[in-house]
Amino acid sequence: MTHIASTGLLSNVSLQRRAHNIRRKAILMGEVQGQGYVGQALGVSDVLAVCFFHALELRAEDPEWEGRDRFLLSIGHYAIAIYAAFMEAGILPEEELETYGMDDSRMPMSGMASYTPGMEITGGSLGHGLGIGVGMALGLKRKNNPALVYNLMSDGELGEGSTWEAAMSASHHKLDNLIAIVDFNDQQADGKSTEMLSSEPVPDKWTAFGWFAQRVDGNDIGALVAAFDAARDHPGRQPRVIICDTKMCKGVPFLEQRDATHFVRVEPDEWAKALSVLDEEIPA
Amino acid sequence: MTAAARARRYEARKVPETRQATSAMIASLAAEGYDAAPAPFGHALSDLANTDERIVGLSADLSKYTDLHIFAQKHPDRFYQMGMAEQVLMSAAAGLAHEGFIPFATTYAVFASRRAYDFICMAIAEENLPVKIVCALPGLTTGYGPSHQATEDLAIFRGMPNLVIVDPCDAVDVAQMVPEMAAHDGPVYARLLRGNVPSVLRRHKPDYRFRLGKAQMIREGADVLVVSSGLMTMRALDAATELARDGIEVAVLHSPTIKPLDRDTILAEAGKGRLLVTAENHTVIGGLGEAVAATLLRAGVTPTFRQIGLPDAFLEAGALPTLHDMYGLSTKAVIAQIKGWL
Ligand SMILES: Cc1ncc(C[n+]2csc(CCOP(=O)(O)OP(=O)(O)O)c2C)c(N)n1
Ligand SMILES: [Mg+2]
Repeated sequence: MTHIASTGLLSNVSLQRRAHNIRRKAILMGEVQGQGYVGQALGVSDVLAVCFFHALELRAEDPEWEGRDRFLLSIGHYAIAIYAAFMEAGILPEEELETYGMDDSRMPMSGMASYTPGMEITGGSLGHGLGIGVGMALGLKRKNNPALVYNLMSDGELGEGSTWEAAMSASHHKLDNLIAIVDFNDQQADGKSTEMLSSEPVPDKWTAFGWFAQRVDGNDIGALVAAFDAARDHPGRQPRVIICDTKMCKGVPFLEQRDATHFVRVEPDEWAKALSVLDEEIPA
Repeated sequence: MTAAARARRYEARKVPETRQATSAMIASLAAEGYDAAPAPFGHALSDLANTDERIVGLSADLSKYTDLHIFAQKHPDRFYQMGMAEQVLMSAAAGLAHEGFIPFATTYAVFASRRAYDFICMAIAEENLPVKIVCALPGLTTGYGPSHQATEDLAIFRGMPNLVIVDPCDAVDVAQMVPEMAAHDGPVYARLLRGNVPSVLRRHKPDYRFRLGKAQMIREGADVLVVSSGLMTMRALDAATELARDGIEVAVLHSPTIKPLDRDTILAEAGKGRLLVTAENHTVIGGLGEAVAATLLRAGVTPTFRQIGLPDAFLEAGALPTLHDMYGLSTKAVIAQIKGWL
């Protein structure tokens, strides 16, 4: 499958800088609500930078363009991170940043298709994205549309039976146009995923289900670029998964060191501090 | 998606002047003027487990959010963390019940009712196993949108044979329902209020006790009879206090057991010639209101009947107080609706 870079999103801004900008916006949105999933957003920002500014075919000015790669946010609670990426990509206007999670906002705390341009599905009830991705991948093939389907999911979702039904289905139907991205932050609502319901060895499971599996450091942009390229270019007639080991709160060391929890605790006066710590190193 | 929703996504928004955060996963329901008790479910279950060896607890990655972590701390060897896997949560609870245990399984109401339904129905209810399903975020108790708003859980579960359904109002109900659920020989589904839970009922009726299967008059009144469950009993009582100042006397019949409904008490009270209003934190379809309506019709008792409840729609995301006003569940909205019907 040939890759034609989307002109709209091409620029000479580095992916590192994109990731930095996504983190900044996520912190600003976190401050608006005074709580929320900013730890997840900081952790997944490098993955999103590579998705939105390297891998995906998108037209920022036309989020419903038929030729777009489909990006499914299965993990609705990660919406804060996607809104940051959407703003960075010009899909959502930055002026709306401070409406995040407010009444009548286009950016509800849990991602929903009917609220936000570019949001393909309503997530939040976890374990839905991959199955919907199977159907979209089948549909695209029926339409001879070469677009790819990317499904961003979490380590927690590996606990849901529906994930594995979809995984088996995708390989049975030889869906080489489906790419799953697992944000493996070793965190769930009640604790560390590996201590609660371990899905290790994760790549072996996907391989056994018939997938082309890679596991990378999800906070290493170079490694992510290589993995996304390999996932796209892999010749096998099989679905692909990229397991991204990420660190919650990445980029803000004083938050990284805080006890890992599903909702990272951030005091009201710490948002500004988080921004300034982040800005100590602004990538070129 | 409707065409209107599709178009609305492209309408630019302004930053609101007064900011109200979604408070997405609010731990506790704000209840002005009432004392609150912390984690009444967790503490009641821990206490019960001290005297009943059969009690075990399971959660699907939501123990902290269903107050079951209190039990897990007190009885670590009797707690099973199932991970985010609601289907095996219910199947495994059934298996433990087969082996003589009384499992309390917790998750959010949406995930038990929507995802795990078949597993509850066939593995648990059909065999009348004593599995107790306790679920947080019932009805509209989060501003997080439809994925977490269990607006139709009662409708879903009322059709399931053998299953007893409880919708508690306050900390006393929550704490006292636990031993009664365990004592019931069969499956029970309970809606949970978690975190700091207000103590409402004893303020209005000092000798109140939860009794499984019983509706109880909390307040007498000659003009209107409200039949309510869950947090709407609190709203009804607060509304009644206000309405009394305008000379409108509202009686409140609290019916925390949704199934089996306390038919005799409801019929006796409904036959006294008052406007009958049902109030529930649930869609108007298939919950307490329609259960009461059917009970009345079958018995040929036909007072003027009105329903307070959520619309038959997927609800918006936003701040909970905004949503309670918008969908008619706030005290203010309850008062306005009752006045409009008089
Ligand atoms: C089907 C389902 N079950 C439970 C939940 C409640 N819930 C929300 S996030 C979460 C943790 C899931 O793990 P993960 O996505 O890895 O969490 P994170 O990394 O964000 O901490 C849970 C259990 C849910 N949203 N959907
Ligand atoms: Mg996780």
